[in-house]
Amino acid sequence: MTENNFGLKKIEISVSEAEKRTGRNAMNMQETYTAYLIETRSVEHTDGQSVLTDSLWRRYSEFELLRNYLLVYYPHVVVPPLPEKRAEFVWHKLSADNMDPDFVERRRIGLENFLLRVASHPILCRDKIFYLFLTQEGNWKETVNETGFQLKADSRLKALNATFRVKNPDKRFTELKHYSDELQSVISHLLRVRARVADRLYGVYKVHGNYGRVFSEWSAIEKEMGDGLQSAGHHMDVYASSIDDILEDEEHYADQLKEYLFYAEALRAVCRKHELMQYDLEMAAQDLASKKQQCEELATGTVRTFSLKGMTTKLFGQETPEQREARIKVLEEQINEGEQQLKSKNLEGREFVKNAWADIERFKEQKNHDLKEALISYAVMQISMCKKVGFGFGEDTVYSKL
Amino acid sequence: MDMNSFSPMMPTSPLSMINQVKFEDEPDLKDLFITVDEPESHVTTIETFITYRIITKTSRGEFDSSEFEVRRRYQDFLWLKGKLEEAHPTLIIPPLPEKFIVKGMVERFNDDFIETRRKALHKFLNRIADHPTLTFNEDFKVFLTAQAWELSSHKKQGPGLLSRMGQTVRAVALSMRGVKSRPEEFMEMNNFIEVFSQKINLIDKISQRIYKEEREYSDEMKEYGPIHILWSASEEDLVDTLKGIASCIDKCCKATEKRMSGLSEALLPVVHEYVLYSEMLMGVMKRRDQIQAELDSKVEALTNKKADTDLLTEEIGKLEDKVECANNALKADWERWRHNMQNDIKSAFTDMAEENIHYYEQCLATWESFLASQTDLHMEEPSEDKPESH
Repeated sequence: MTENNFGLKKIEISVSEAEKRTGRNAMNMQETYTAYLIETRSVEHTDGQSVLTDSLWRRYSEFELLRNYLLVYYPHVVVPPLPEKRAEFVWHKLSADNMDPDFVERRRIGLENFLLRVASHPILCRDKIFYLFLTQEGNWKETVNETGFQLKADSRLKALNATFRVKNPDKRFTELKHYSDELQSVISHLLRVRARVADRLYGVYKVHGNYGRVFSEWSAIEKEMGDGLQSAGHHMDVYASSIDDILEDEEHYADQLKEYLFYAEALRAVCRKHELMQYDLEMAAQDLASKKQQCEELATGTVRTFSLKGMTTKLFGQETPEQREARIKVLEEQINEGEQQLKSKNLEGREFVKNAWADIERFKEQKNHDLKEALISYAVMQISMCKKVGFGFGEDTVYSKL
Repeated sequence: MDMNSFSPMMPTSPLSMINQVKFEDEPDLKDLFITVDEPESHVTTIETFITYRIITKTSRGEFDSSEFEVRRRYQDFLWLKGKLEEAHPTLIIPPLPEKFIVKGMVERFNDDFIETRRKALHKFLNRIADHPTLTFNEDFKVFLTAQAWELSSHKKQGPGLLSRMGQTVRAVALSMRGVKSRPEEFMEMNNFIEVFSQKINLIDKISQRIYKEEREYSDEMKEYGPIHILWSASEEDLVDTLKGIASCIDKCCKATEKRMSGLSEALLPVVHEYVLYSEMLMGVMKRRDQIQAELDSKVEALTNKKADTDLLTEEIGKLEDKVECANNALKADWERWRHNMQNDIKSAFTDMAEENIHYYEQCLATWESFLASQTDLHMEEPSEDKPESH
């Protein structure tokens, strides 16, 4: 990708709006989807003022296309994940419907977060396709597809094969793979239980709300106790409705954890690339070694290893010295080529490991910072909830009035 | 004991209380103390049943002794209630806990059921002891003091089963009539009872449901905390934070358990007792109506000159007295009951509110202390990598 000074200018990106649209899909059928408005502002160094430079609409599938492109062209980078495609870890109140306004709102925030992460990544921010994503509305999809990145992508089957058969992967990547498995497993578990806890808490609060109406109706037949019952009933209504905001805030916390759940997959992608390259290297080295051996055997006339050619020669007669010379020559050429390839593969491999590891270190620091902040924000949420709700019960007027 | 000393503090033993000097201007000083405890299982060839130990301490002259200990089973309580209703048809007799719990009972006698019943029986006897009229009832005295065989023989006296059944049939027929000529104040009372009964039943259901939801919430929380510990095993830099959060969640979980036990101790039994009271009240209303109906039918007979007018007039005179007594008794007891109900309900809900306050205060303190520990160690560094998002 050509260098541009895009990454050097200070920019602000926001996904400011979401809109329901209807259109026709690839099979010319009507469909409803959500489009998101992306606004880019550049900040002038001198006065700090920001100017709107670009604004366009994109849908979720275009974000996916961008990310898949980045995955292929930057396999050594831990590519930031997208917000979830479908609502998962829901508790009963949230609908799993992609059109639900709360879901759309949280997705808008997630998409903005994704763009900001890419824009602040030292390598990814310089990518031209990313720049065009932010600036070129029409034709962007064609431009991406023209890069032919889908063809360059490694086949899943090849990658799986490599994972099983690689003999000497870098130990750090093996450890990283285990770590990412553990991270995914523990965050999934946490999110599942959190959803159940939220569901139960919702139940507790809402059932209290049932007191409201009953107290109110009871107060009609009471003289002295009437006022007290009314105000107690009112308090119960307030208490019951307070849970909605509390759980909405918690949903944002869950989203922060989800991001790192999906980051685990990004980490595994880098590990897989390493395994693939390493396996490729091992195969190339093995191939070279066997060719060298064949050459040696032909040259010295000793047959140490079984080969079909050797057998047929034995059965159907020895080959002529000229034939043998020709074969040695071919092998020597292949060996030369092979050695060149092995050298460059080795170099590539080492470059990859170096670059990947640098990005992984950067990622680790980011993760530690972000997760700690998220966990602390959870505590802050609990504190504000306790204050707000506890205060309601403490209001001396309510229950002592009874 | 020094006759002139008067301890302002609550004495711990009932015995010491009854030895205090009784002052003339304190007519409400308690002189009858009853406890119900020590449930014991008895197995015979025919049946299994539970008896409860009842200890009575009293300074009253009419009691032969100052301390009594007897064992009674639920049947005996039922008998007592029946006798009290018979003797005082328009007084509000305290309710007994239910005979059976309908749903969810695998074993008739599981520990929770026995304990709940024991507390309710204790309440039942103490309410009778506190009642200005019922406390002097003879059958009540026998119940508290008689040995098992004495009680059996005492029970055999009085109208037999068949005559009691006959009475019930007549009573139902009569009570229909009584409703039509009910005086205004009793119409109001009846209306109150109907609405109150409906509302208290709903409150009972809601309170039970809240307990159930809190139990399920607490169970989930027990799983939630430890996951953070599990996570800390793979995150070197986040160990303190994660362990801290796990500890906060556990503490909040314990606070929830405490709140639940407060609910089950203070609120649920009180609300349930008043559910039973509301049924009791409807019974009282019926009996009052019955007595009225007896009078009305005699008056009607007189108007229609159906039988000997002199005899009828005499009977009517007696019945008019009976009706007046019954109505007055009910009126007085009604005021007393209303007053007690308001205090009990207010007390129960205030307790619930206090439990909640404590709960939130505890959770707040837990999280604030965690936050303080984190921000003390945490050095604020602006990170280039963290993007601004809104």
